[in-house]
Amino acid sequence: MPLLYVEHMTRFFGGLRAVHDYNFKIEPGEIHGLIGPNGAGKSTIFNLITGVYKPTEGSIHFRGKNIIKYPSHKIAALGLGRTFQNLRLWRHMSVLDHIKMAQFSQITYGLIGAFFDTKKRNQQEEENTEKAIKIMELVGIGKLTDQLVPNLPYGLQRRVEIARALAINPKLLLLDEPTAGMNSEELQDLVNVIRHIHDKLGVAILLIEHRMKFVMDLCERIQTLDFGEVIAEGSPEEIQNNPRVIDAYLGKEVKI
Amino acid sequence: MQYFLQNLVNGLQWGSFYALVAIGYSMVYGILMLFNFAHGDIFMVGAYIGFFTATGLVALAAVGNIILPSWVIITLTMLIAMFLNAFVGMAVERIGYRPLRDAPRASAAITGLMIGIILETGNLALLGASRRAFPPLIKPVTYNISGVFITNQKILIIVVALSLTFMLHLFIRHTKWGMAMRAMAYDFVITPLMGVPLNTIIALTFAIGSALAAAAGVLFGIAYPVLGPYMGIIIGWKAFVAAILGGRGSILGSAAAGFLLGFIEIFVVMIFPSTMRDFIAYSIILLILTFLPNGFFGEPYSARLRL
Repeated sequence: MPLLYVEHMTRFFGGLRAVHDYNFKIEPGEIHGLIGPNGAGKSTIFNLITGVYKPTEGSIHFRGKNIIKYPSHKIAALGLGRTFQNLRLWRHMSVLDHIKMAQFSQITYGLIGAFFDTKKRNQQEEENTEKAIKIMELVGIGKLTDQLVPNLPYGLQRRVEIARALAINPKLLLLDEPTAGMNSEELQDLVNVIRHIHDKLGVAILLIEHRMKFVMDLCERIQTLDFGEVIAEGSPEEIQNNPRVIDAYLGKEVKI
Repeated sequence: MQYFLQNLVNGLQWGSFYALVAIGYSMVYGILMLFNFAHGDIFMVGAYIGFFTATGLVALAAVGNIILPSWVIITLTMLIAMFLNAFVGMAVERIGYRPLRDAPRASAAITGLMIGIILETGNLALLGASRRAFPPLIKPVTYNISGVFITNQKILIIVVALSLTFMLHLFIRHTKWGMAMRAMAYDFVITPLMGVPLNTIIALTFAIGSALAAAAGVLFGIAYPVLGPYMGIIIGWKAFVAAILGGRGSILGSAAAGFLLGFIEIFVVMIFPSTMRDFIAYSIILLILTFLPNGFFGEPYSARLRL
């Protein structure tokens, strides 16, 4: 059974067809890429999968459940973590608080526990903090616990976002242009971090990216989107050599 | 000096109402960037629920020939009014605001005004124009502390207001729901994507704000036992001022600003004739805001982000 299975998904915004008859399938532990020119509908697909928007037509199955009617928080709690094209961190919160906030759905102690420090609460808090620190170490921000996010360099803020997405115990991680705004050094670090996450946690990853080298390095399969439609799909080699992709997206001057 | 201390105590009592109502304004504004203009009227509804509860309890005790100590009646009245008014607040959110969550802010703002009018006139239609007298729940005792007169009623009001504020502060700081409120105050679009149930947290915000407003309503009824359908308007406006002055979404800030408003109003009357109270008091506050446009504890305004 595929981890995520999207069938015939279409979404209109007024008269604009942002996504048309989109199909997608990912198995546990795979890394897929989604590429395409600006405005092709890539982020819209992320928003549809995570429940920010609802599709006009089509179905989405995640971990065997039809999640079309699920509110975002339930989809997230099922194991769908994501990051955003433009950094969306809670600016006034510390790095550790970011991770702990994303553990919301895993905290089961109630009001009494929170106010009177019951055993259950202390135990869970300890476990969650431990988990949080592990996640932070995994993405290489283990020492930044109490830092406020605006004080961190851009590359590290990106990692905080990834760590936050990992804190909900995702089975599938959606990364929306994780390298946007990064320099080449930060870029290489990020490739390593993503590989590391993938090796350690075995989480499936779907990423939107513009940097071809990054996509080709990481992904097993790639879809190319143009005007809301998939124009090509296949392995990195197939995508590189597909004339439609080269026309629509890569242009003639790009040699990889 | 005694005169000053006396007015300090009076200001603390007067500010207690503003503080409790302001917190509700501030919480909703912090999360939804929405002015819940019905909040003053939710305070009024809370006072009425308190009135009916207290009257009912007194009557019940009389019928059953039980002697209920006044602290039992007050505690029960307070808890029942807070509990029921929480549902009033959640209903206002569910019926009034949720359908308009993606509508322009101005539509949500007039919704608040309309709900306010509906609550006022609904009260008028149901209960008539006659005012209600809140039953005297406390036998007044006045303590003379070296020339400063403090009634037990004042102590009750101030202690309840301060402890509710403090408890809420702990709730916001130390629970996952409080943390979710803080996260949503910064970015409520992405917070649900981290597994936080948006509607639950918003409903909870309205519930807590309305419960505090009910507490303020009951305390107000104890101090000024005449209730009318329009009693919430002026208090609502002033608490709104306190909420903004305190800083967006800051619990302690809006409580502090509420008390400050109380002090300023009382101290203005120390010096000027009482007819000039609000004229001078709010000129002062206008001046404060000019120098502190973000309020006491507010972050600079950040544009609401959308996906």
